Amino acid sequence: MSDTDLFAQQDANRRRSVWLVAGFIIFFAWVGFGGDVAFALLTRDAAPGGYHHVIPFIGIVATLIAGGICWYSWRFGAERVLWATGAWEIIEPATPEQKQLVNVVEEMAIAAGLPKPRIWLVPDDDPNAFATGRDPATASIAVTEGLLHTLNREELQGVVSHEMAHIRNFDTRLMTLLAAMVGSIALMSDGLGRIMRGGGVRVSGGGSRSSGRSGGKGGNPLGLIVLVLWLLTLIVAPIVSRLLAMAVSRKREYLADATGAQLTRNPGALASALEKLSAAAEPTRKITRGAAHLCIVDPTGSALSNVEGFLGDVFASHPPIAQRVIRLKGMAYQDVKRAGAQTQTA
Amino acid sequence: MGLILLLVIVVLALWIVGAYNGLITLKNRVVNAWKQIDVQLKRRHDLIPNLVSTVKGSMDFERSTLEAVISARNKAVSATGVQATAKAEGELTQALGRLFALTENYPDLKSNQNVLQLQEELTSTENKISFARQLYNDTATEYNTKQMTFPTNLVSGLAKASPAELWEIQDAAERAVPTVDLSMPKPPAA
Repeated sequence: MSDTDLFAQQDANRRRSVWLVAGFIIFFAWVGFGGDVAFALLTRDAAPGGYHHVIPFIGIVATLIAGGICWYSWRFGAERVLWATGAWEIIEPATPEQKQLVNVVEEMAIAAGLPKPRIWLVPDDDPNAFATGRDPATASIAVTEGLLHTLNREELQGVVSHEMAHIRNFDTRLMTLLAAMVGSIALMSDGLGRIMRGGGVRVSGGGSRSSGRSGGKGGNPLGLIVLVLWLLTLIVAPIVSRLLAMAVSRKREYLADATGAQLTRNPGALASALEKLSAAAEPTRKITRGAAHLCIVDPTGSALSNVEGFLGDVFASHPPIAQRVIRLKGMAYQDVKRAGAQTQTA
Repeated sequence: MGLILLLVIVVLALWIVGAYNGLITLKNRVVNAWKQIDVQLKRRHDLIPNLVSTVKGSMDFERSTLEAVISARNKAVSATGVQATAKAEGELTQALGRLFALTENYPDLKSNQNVLQLQEELTSTENKISFARQLYNDTATEYNTKQMTFPTNLVSGLAKASPAELWEIQDAAERAVPTVDLSMPKPPAA
């Protein structure tokens, strides 16, 4: 295990998180101030007694809201994600299965040299798992009840080591922020869309009235261009933000598999766990789309996550499981080979 | 000229402070990793008497196996130093392995909730020991490499850094990896 590599990973993820937050705020500022510009241009030619949009209060409010959402995601993002899945925390393990889960998590925390994360159980029969939290000290690992029934001890260890790797690399910070932001962008886009459908008539009505009065045609062209661009961003934003979340997630999965294998020194167990998880292809109902990229395998049961090539590269939140299994088995084979060489020389 | 000299001295001093602190941080991490192993070993020592008293009734005629576990445990408790502890713990692991293999022959033990629970606890504790050992060895190797490589080795003496002992795998049974040997046995060397 190379430590400089680990620190580089952590730094890269810290940087990515900062960029993400900056990009998110800039996006909201654009949505806000862009709207202000459009309204200002559209109302510029209005009669002296009419409404002139001078103070960019939409922009100011939008930017403040974005800042608020960022702070909220930072502070409560992990709780929200857990809450949304209906997970409950295991404090006193009630069954032998839960006790085993607690033990396995403690083992992997020791292997990774991290504090023990909080452990949550999602009441869902489909096997899946995810980790969240802004840093190792506040991290949580959640698994579904189905996972405990499906996997044996070693495979469970493999899955937990994968999640522990996400925590250690600070993937969870980036992913949790992304989950909160994807969700709020979708919400904002929906809300604004509803307002536009209701209020758009009034704006165009005002525009035509003023243009009729000045005798020109089509109102203010610059204002219209800005308005069109603005609307376009609103339509595209939810898709782009989800694609971004998927792209980030896809890249991190291979690395977490590899780091997890390094922690357990048992890549074969994680490979067989992944095979079992993919065999149970039913969607994990408790885990909604917004948190899909946090999970160890795609919870939506989307066929795209098993497609190789362009479609899978753009629209899947996870790399194909077959690919992941092949890589892990490759590692396991290397281990056996090395061990074999050792016993022969010994 | 004097300014350049001053600058060189300041940079040098800053580097020494940085290297020294780096070594001390690593040294503390090595100590901490060792403590982690210690905690788990202690837990294992505490669990064993419970296990023995639970299975004693059903396995009365396996007395020698039980006694081997107890004596290995007592030896492990009193062991000091990395080498001796590693050796004693290795023997304890083997003795426990034999005991668990024997419990397979007793259906009432295999289905006994208490035994199953103790078995899970001991399995987990053994895993924790081996992961803590892994962490200790990784940290100690990093520390050793740092204090011996140039240029950090120049401040090793200042930081009173000495190579940390690695936890070697002691007994052959633990080292051996089951491999399928398809080749013919080699003829003895003439």
